[in-house]
Amino acid sequence: MTHTTRTEKAARSPAAAPPQDAGTSRPPRKVRVWRRVTPWLFLAAPLALLVTFTYAPVANMVAYSFTDWDGVSPELHYTGVENYVDIFTRAELFQVFLVSGYYLAASVVQIGLALYFATILSFNVRFRNFFKGVLFFPYLINGVAIGFVFLYFFQDGGTLDSLLSLFGHDSDRAWLGTSTSANVSLAGVSVWRYMGLNFVLFLGAIQSIPGELYEAAELDGANRWQQFRYIIAPGIRPVIGLTVILSISGSLAVFEIPYIMTGGATGTETFVIQTVKLAFQFNKTGLASAAAVVLLLIILAVTWVQRRLVPDDKVDLV
Amino acid sequence: MRLMAPTPAVTRGVARTLTYLSLVVASVVVLLPLAVVFLTSLKTSEEMADDSGALSLPGDLLNLHNYVTAFQDGRMLMAIGNTAFILLFAITGTVIIGSMAAYAIDRFTFRFRKLVVALFLFATLVPGVTTQVATFQIVNGFGMFDSRWAPIMLYTGTDIVSIYIFLQFVRSIPISLDESARLDGANAFTIYRKIIFPLLKPAIATVVMVKGIAVYNDFYIPFLYMPSKDLGVISTSLFRFKGPFDAHWEVISAGAVLVILPTLIVFLFLQRYIYNGFVRGATK
Repeated sequence: MTHTTRTEKAARSPAAAPPQDAGTSRPPRKVRVWRRVTPWLFLAAPLALLVTFTYAPVANMVAYSFTDWDGVSPELHYTGVENYVDIFTRAELFQVFLVSGYYLAASVVQIGLALYFATILSFNVRFRNFFKGVLFFPYLINGVAIGFVFLYFFQDGGTLDSLLSLFGHDSDRAWLGTSTSANVSLAGVSVWRYMGLNFVLFLGAIQSIPGELYEAAELDGANRWQQFRYIIAPGIRPVIGLTVILSISGSLAVFEIPYIMTGGATGTETFVIQTVKLAFQFNKTGLASAAAVVLLLIILAVTWVQRRLVPDDKVDLV
Repeated sequence: MRLMAPTPAVTRGVARTLTYLSLVVASVVVLLPLAVVFLTSLKTSEEMADDSGALSLPGDLLNLHNYVTAFQDGRMLMAIGNTAFILLFAITGTVIIGSMAAYAIDRFTFRFRKLVVALFLFATLVPGVTTQVATFQIVNGFGMFDSRWAPIMLYTGTDIVSIYIFLQFVRSIPISLDESARLDGANAFTIYRKIIFPLLKPAIATVVMVKGIAVYNDFYIPFLYMPSKDLGVISTSLFRFKGPFDAHWEVISAGAVLVILPTLIVFLFLQRYIYNGFVRGATK
């Protein structure tokens, strides 16, 4: 796609160049047309890709969601809102929303930890870069590798059990064996993986607060907590707002870690795992589309609410 | 008022100790699971079978046998090849698409400009994972299913964050440069290629890094679109360790270490840029 735009452009440009110096008072028609077309030549490929891979799927998805299509056969029937009714009434389909609750709770912990570490590392601490690197690094690790690292961690006789027996606590608990324990474990892995990103975002925001503010506060006798409460917290509010949205939409769209570690077994199936299974294993494209539409609407609603609550001038693009 | 109020110095000292303690605990929590997997990767299958537990040290610290097994039987060479191929095209595509879009949006006033911007802005809100049900049909319609072009096109076509990063940089390039070039007879394409694009180097570096790590780590897209065994990338090839090496944690661990190691090296060398890149990518 890129190629066509470029060659088209190269072929036409010689024609456009000469008249340019002729038009001192008012450019000739050809030049004016050319000027109007130019931005679209640059936008042709990006827009084509945007429409093909973002807007067309969204539109199709909405259309599929009102049908019983299986994704393969040429036949499909309009079923109205039946798929949507299914999602909200069939307990096994609705259950995945409850699983999101674990990840939502985990992201509260995650944001708290990230705030704490960002605050203490914004002050003078020895080995600061080392600690910063260690806390951030998990975010960069391949999700499948993380899945395996923690499968071994929670395994019977794995890292966690060995660690506990080191402290004289012998446990033969199957960490991923029951629904609650498995979900808590998986949500913990999610905190381990993503805390670093929040932490670095917060740290960056804290460090952009002018240093004189702290000095002035220190002269006034403010302690660390007061400095956090009255200088840091208000200073990084926009970033916290952004992180909250990312966490909520992230909690609803969890896929990798539970899919790799448990495959969605023992009640750890998330919304996305369920949708993928419906669409690609059970060929229920219609129902899966409806589920995806519901998720999309929830995420849009959350974003909208957040934008209303914390109007963020930085979001403005142009 | 209290009788034995601690002196400020003592309070400070205690606070300092607690601060360092929390940092050390956090570091252990992060590093221990990784370190154990590294140790496991050096153990023999006999050592795995005896009851020494996960925290025991391997007998031979230079036992690379599991790495050889993981690399060969796990078909890691093919995975590296496929990942490199996808990385090359997806990153090149993203840089070209993103810089062109940013140039057009920032340097031209045209009808529907606001609409175009809104289309890009709204697209960032649509999470990719949700729309795959329908995207799949489109990719399939193009005949790209089970080929490396599916992830390449998806990575190139759905990366709005890169457009934002380029947009910030294009905006910081003075317009007077464009104007003087135009007076010299340069057309829009020449300006883009000879002036804007070379000045975007820092943005390109950021996008290459952020995008590179994202593509290297992605599991979902290759898993959905490239089920063939010959089309395994790093993530999906590692995922396939689960079946054949099921109980052989020493081999699985070696595979995981092989996948983590390049990331660690890149991180150690490019730390500062990586922080900036991800902060910029996340806050748009």
